[in-house]
Amino acid sequence: MREYLLAVIAALLTALLLGMARVILGPTPADRMLSAQLFGTTGTAILLVAAVAVDRPALLDVALVLAVLAPITVVAFVHLAGARQ
Amino acid sequence: MTPGGVVTLVLLTAGAAFFVAGAIGLLRFPDTFSRLHALTKVDNLGLGLVAAGVALQMTSPLQWLKLLLVWLLVMLSGAVASQLIAQHARRAQDR
Repeated sequence: MREYLLAVIAALLTALLLGMARVILGPTPADRMLSAQLFGTTGTAILLVAAVAVDRPALLDVALVLAVLAPITVVAFVHLAGARQ
Repeated sequence: MTPGGVVTLVLLTAGAAFFVAGAIGLLRFPDTFSRLHALTKVDNLGLGLVAAGVALQMTSPLQWLKLLLVWLLVMLSGAVASQLIAQHARRAQDR
């Protein structure tokens, strides 16, 4: 069970790594921000699975905080990118 | 392994498959708007399946509530963020 959960976490990290390639490739700032959104969601999922895998239910609270804070990056990006024009 | 454990593993596997598929979609789709489409699947279904799988391993109602809240928050923020990014991409395209 635990080994399988760690394998799931590894799969999620692979998804993060694939998303990282989009940050490098671009081409527009909006595409790069899409990766930031994927990072937020995938990070939340990794924390949820880790809460079971290492048996620390407190990680659910960490995931909750990440879920609240992750969209702020996108809102700030759109706000600042709009103001610059 | 308990029946609940098997269901958890199935749900987590399906969820992780959505995450990997979303990441591949983000990498392979041709423009910003279709990439957005790949990401919304990750936010809604991927995290939903993972949260459901994790919920089966949790015991207290408070933890179920937290998992539900995480899922709802990510769905809400995903919807808002998608709209904002799409608006921004469209304005940038029109210029």
